[in-house]
Amino acid sequence: MGYSFNFGVIWARVDVFLLGLALGLALALAALVIGTVLGLAAAFAAEAGGVRRKLVAVYVSLFRNMPLLVIVLLVYFGLPQWGVTFGKIESFILALAVYSGAYLTEVFRAGLSGVPKGVTDAGRAMGLGRLPLLWLIVLPIMLRNCLPALGTTFISLFKDTSLAAVIAVPELTYEARKLNTETFRVAEAWATASVLYLATCLLIAAALRFAERRFPKF
Amino acid sequence: MADFLHQLWIARFALTQGLILTLWLSLVSIIAGTLLGIMGGVALTYGGRLVRWPVRAMVDALRGIPVLVLILAVFYLLTFAGINFTAVESGLIALSLFSGAHMAEIVRGALSAIPAGQIDAGKALGLSSFRIFALVLLPQAARMIMPVWINTGAELVKTSTLLSVIGTGELLFRTQEVIGRNFMTLEFYSFAGALYFLINFSIEQLGQAISRRVGNPADIQAR
Repeated sequence: MGYSFNFGVIWARVDVFLLGLALGLALALAALVIGTVLGLAAAFAAEAGGVRRKLVAVYVSLFRNMPLLVIVLLVYFGLPQWGVTFGKIESFILALAVYSGAYLTEVFRAGLSGVPKGVTDAGRAMGLGRLPLLWLIVLPIMLRNCLPALGTTFISLFKDTSLAAVIAVPELTYEARKLNTETFRVAEAWATASVLYLATCLLIAAALRFAERRFPKF
Repeated sequence: MADFLHQLWIARFALTQGLILTLWLSLVSIIAGTLLGIMGGVALTYGGRLVRWPVRAMVDALRGIPVLVLILAVFYLLTFAGINFTAVESGLIALSLFSGAHMAEIVRGALSAIPAGQIDAGKALGLSSFRIFALVLLPQAARMIMPVWINTGAELVKTSTLLSVIGTGELLFRTQEVIGRNFMTLEFYSFAGALYFLINFSIEQLGQAISRRVGNPADIQAR
């Protein structure tokens, strides 16, 4: 079809692409941290039973069954109608965090049920109070149990950061699309974006396998 | 509220059209993805190196890049290559490839969980390879896959919203058009969110009912 590849246009903007990639990673990391806090809080709240358990069930069901893009648009374009205005990046982090929090709640609940009862009993027998027991015994075992699931969640969050392009956050997908429309180097733009995403995902997965070996399962 | 209901009444046809397209897109891509996934899964489990490696590379690549990038790449590349597909068609290709890659991995997991003795038993009965696959392996694999398969269906409904970016007139795109006319951003995005929730919640409930009936929770761990 007479198309000659010209990766020069990519090379000329390699810094922009790499910055976009770094921004994507930062967005995913921020969302993971906030989502982890939300997920932990929700998992422990559900443990308490009663109304709190029902509220957590509603939160999880609501955000797991709603498309992320709708949540992003709702936060960025919808909330200002109530006078709550966030910047592009903050909006996206908030949306992704709330979304991931729902998934992480399930992850942590599974991890929590994987903490052997004998261990908590032993802690109690040693006279540990509620908080030290939680902080020193339950949390470390549970987080180690959740490590593989946390890692896959981080990878899928990183891939989800591509949606930030829709509200013009200058991450990798946004830059690729911009290059596409400005220079018409279609194949180069998308090949570069795909390879960068793929390589980063593989790297994260490798780091995860290393971490799992480094910290043996309880 | 009355104002919203009035605007909703004006937008009823546009939104219904969008909803139907969303359901249609999800349905077609889950069917195409399942067919692709069965072929891919069989290739990954029983194929020789020459078959297995290219399929493995393709599946991993498709799972490793964001769906939005896949959708945009298919859309722009096809147009650029001079192949005139509509947004709906290229969107369907992207969604089917995406769900096919995920299904291939699921099918591979299920097939490799079936004991090899089953194949030997089929051979001993004199069944052809196709019959072994269709009568012995597929029914067992299908039962293991069922809960994850339904989950994938719900994911696809959510993923179909990304097609609004390339101008496919599905529910989110229609919602955006409606908002462009009446500026009731919060109301209509919430409305769209509620519709998606209803669809996926129903799928989830259906899935739970089915897996209670046919599934065996010990058979396959939800990935």
